[in-house]
Amino acid sequence: MSIPNELAKNFAEVVPALKPMEAIHEANRCLYCYDAPCIKACPTSINIPSFIKKIATGNLYGSARTIMESNPVGASCARVCPTEELCEGACVLNSASKPIMIGLLQRHATDWAIQNQATLFSKGEANGKRVAIVGGGPAGLSAARELARLGYAVTVFEAKEKAGGLNTYGIVSFRLPQEISLWEVEQVEALGVEIRTNTRIGVDVAPEELLEQYDSVLLATGMGNVPQLHIPGEELEGVLDAIALVEDTKTKALSDEMLGKKVVIIGAGNTAIDAATCSKRLGADNVQILYRRTVQEMSCYQFEYEFAKQDGVEFRWLVVPTRVLEENGRVKGLELVRMELGERDEKGRKRPVEIPGSHFVIEVDYVVKAIGQNRHLSLIESFGLQHRNGIVEVEEGTYRTSHVKVYAAGDVIFGGGKTDAMVVDAANHGKRAAHAIHQSLSDQKQPV
Amino acid sequence: MADLSINLAGIQSPNPFWLASAPPTNSGYQVQRAFEAGWGGAVWKTLGEPIINVTSRFAGLNFGGQRVFGFNNIELITDKPLEVNLKEMDETKRRFPKHTLIASLMVEHKQEAWHEIVKKVEAIGVDGLELNFGCPHGMAERGMGSAVGQHPDLIRQQVEWVKEVAQTPVIVKLTPNITDIRFTARAASQGGADAISMINTINSLMGVDLDKWLPIPHVDGKGAHGGYCGPAVKPIALNMVAECARDPKVGIPISGIGGISDWRDTVEFLLMGATGVQVCTAAMHHGFRIVEDMIDGLNNYLDQRGIASVMDIVGKAVQTYSDWGHLNLNYKVVARIHEETCIHCNKCHIACEDTSHQCIDIVADAATGKERLVVREEDCVGCNLCSIVCPVEGTIEMVEIPSAKAPLSWNQRQAALAAGGSCEL
Repeated sequence: MSIPNELAKNFAEVVPALKPMEAIHEANRCLYCYDAPCIKACPTSINIPSFIKKIATGNLYGSARTIMESNPVGASCARVCPTEELCEGACVLNSASKPIMIGLLQRHATDWAIQNQATLFSKGEANGKRVAIVGGGPAGLSAARELARLGYAVTVFEAKEKAGGLNTYGIVSFRLPQEISLWEVEQVEALGVEIRTNTRIGVDVAPEELLEQYDSVLLATGMGNVPQLHIPGEELEGVLDAIALVEDTKTKALSDEMLGKKVVIIGAGNTAIDAATCSKRLGADNVQILYRRTVQEMSCYQFEYEFAKQDGVEFRWLVVPTRVLEENGRVKGLELVRMELGERDEKGRKRPVEIPGSHFVIEVDYVVKAIGQNRHLSLIESFGLQHRNGIVEVEEGTYRTSHVKVYAAGDVIFGGGKTDAMVVDAANHGKRAAHAIHQSLSDQKQPV
Repeated sequence: MADLSINLAGIQSPNPFWLASAPPTNSGYQVQRAFEAGWGGAVWKTLGEPIINVTSRFAGLNFGGQRVFGFNNIELITDKPLEVNLKEMDETKRRFPKHTLIASLMVEHKQEAWHEIVKKVEAIGVDGLELNFGCPHGMAERGMGSAVGQHPDLIRQQVEWVKEVAQTPVIVKLTPNITDIRFTARAASQGGADAISMINTINSLMGVDLDKWLPIPHVDGKGAHGGYCGPAVKPIALNMVAECARDPKVGIPISGIGGISDWRDTVEFLLMGATGVQVCTAAMHHGFRIVEDMIDGLNNYLDQRGIASVMDIVGKAVQTYSDWGHLNLNYKVVARIHEETCIHCNKCHIACEDTSHQCIDIVADAATGKERLVVREEDCVGCNLCSIVCPVEGTIEMVEIPSAKAPLSWNQRQAALAAGGSCEL
């Protein structure tokens, strides 16, 4: 067997599905709370006790429909949601027993729908209105699904070859196999939504064209690539973008270039963890996450931290890269400087302060940047939208931007928070924006 | 170690745990395995004219992901010739002389038939007889089993015939498929029965196959009602035992049967007047080994209370079981919710709000911003529903509110009113 094929095993989904009996037992353990806190903890407000009850009664079609009704990317969310921070964290059984495995039950029901090719929804009666959605990720798909059900003619403009956004390209396969995301895309397409892939707004289609030809436009473009570190040697071969690294493992034959190599990841968010575990699974001998603060301040989820440690990823706190060292045009090493924590910043996190004269060099073959994501500034500005550092400003509740016809949802309006931007939040934004668009366009129909 | 031996109408047994007459007691091999496992006695699978069985005989009722909450069967009595059964019974009694072996009998409504079979089975040294007037399926269509058990006159007559020749104690097994079991129990007693056993199985249709639209179980596309048993029937059986135990016109010992699965169920039946119990479904679900915890649990229960003999608890709760008309109308309990263990599933609220008396409020605590469940005690009728649906044991307690008024039952109230007095509730 060739090496890449060997590596492919490392990218198979790591969390096993519930076995049928396991699912029934777990579903029956659910208390079916009244006014359940898990529903309130879900950004898309899935009626969790209801879908679990339906699993218990063998009504898997109804269960999947309950999930997908509230969350058009509910199959992906079953796998990628930080459930311990959301529904499972809110489960009342935390204080009496163990919380219900809500994520895995959600996966059980949505897997059933996928495997049985269930048609869950149908499009609404055409109302003659058209909506353009820029970006076919969770927010865009979610909005498209809702609008199609309401009778709108929806066109999604997607820059990449396939829709699904982060779920298709940005989440490691061993957490979320691509086919799950693509099934969700198919569900939306089946409602008559046109998805124009390989189409960039501002390049292939002018923003003005959308504004002229559609009744409303929803901007759901997410975020871009990882920003520059702004240190010498950054352009060298072997310096990688974490998001591109993950995308390559989902779209190309797995590379054996990292076999036996030393890899460092700069940053300690969930993308950094993905890049680290990907590197390990691509055969890297040693993978270190370098972070300028400490374990307390890093933004990745606790379960992702545990997962990385189990994968053999090492963590090095209180260091910042200052220079990439080269040999023959390639990365050879990395110069770091030690930090210490100083005063708290405006978010309450202690600010890292450089310790003078503490520079040192480590030998590395790859440097993977995972220090956040760039914003699609020029696109935002091409629509003339008000924004704050690339974060599009929207009206609370309606997701309407400063342009009366343009709405925005998903990561494009994510302004930072306790955690990374979540898929489930994007799905919720898209759904709510769709209903706001519907409200607005319906109101217009009323005679004044 | 408490004394677990019992004496049921003169029948001695090393412990109160018997296997009921059913598939587990179909052969010497099975009964001997049961005795080895610790069962104190066994009522052999009903003897009579050998029958022909159908295949596809049993069905289970599952609930909430658990198997066998209920169970039913359409198997008939023994399918082996009497001589074969007697040989195996004889061999079993010789190997286990101290264990209790009861012969269950079912023959047609003829004095000679009863005389003949009683003499034959007593000849091999059984400890007692159990007359099967309970089987509700198959045999009942032929005028036997519950067809007899539904007619006090037939019961009385057949018991008399048996008692004309029987040397060993006679137990009459009663059917629950009847309006008031006390009438058939009294008939058995009047006929001279030494004891009664109850309940046999209940008429039942276990289910319908949602895909094939056929009864469960079905035999080549047709089903027929079966006899229902298992944990789900326990409350029905327990009531019938208690009703007979407190009826002076019955007045004979009772062998308790119906959904008994462990020592706790056993203690309940004994307290309500059973002298020993018979078990079937639990053994069919888990095997004979379940008797180990039954014996151990019962012994520990008695030891921990300093009770020397299991016979000392027989019937001890019977006097607490009465008619509705004797219950105290001035007794009041209300629900108290213990905050410290409440997990806020709010099931008590919705149960009360939708289906009872709307007296549990979800109240936002101004200080903490958290929600609390508050019982409006003045509106609480003390129905217990909230404490029943609460998933955390002990979190909702039903607390007695002392009454300034003297106890007053409905019967007393009506009597006082009839006598022209006044009555304060």
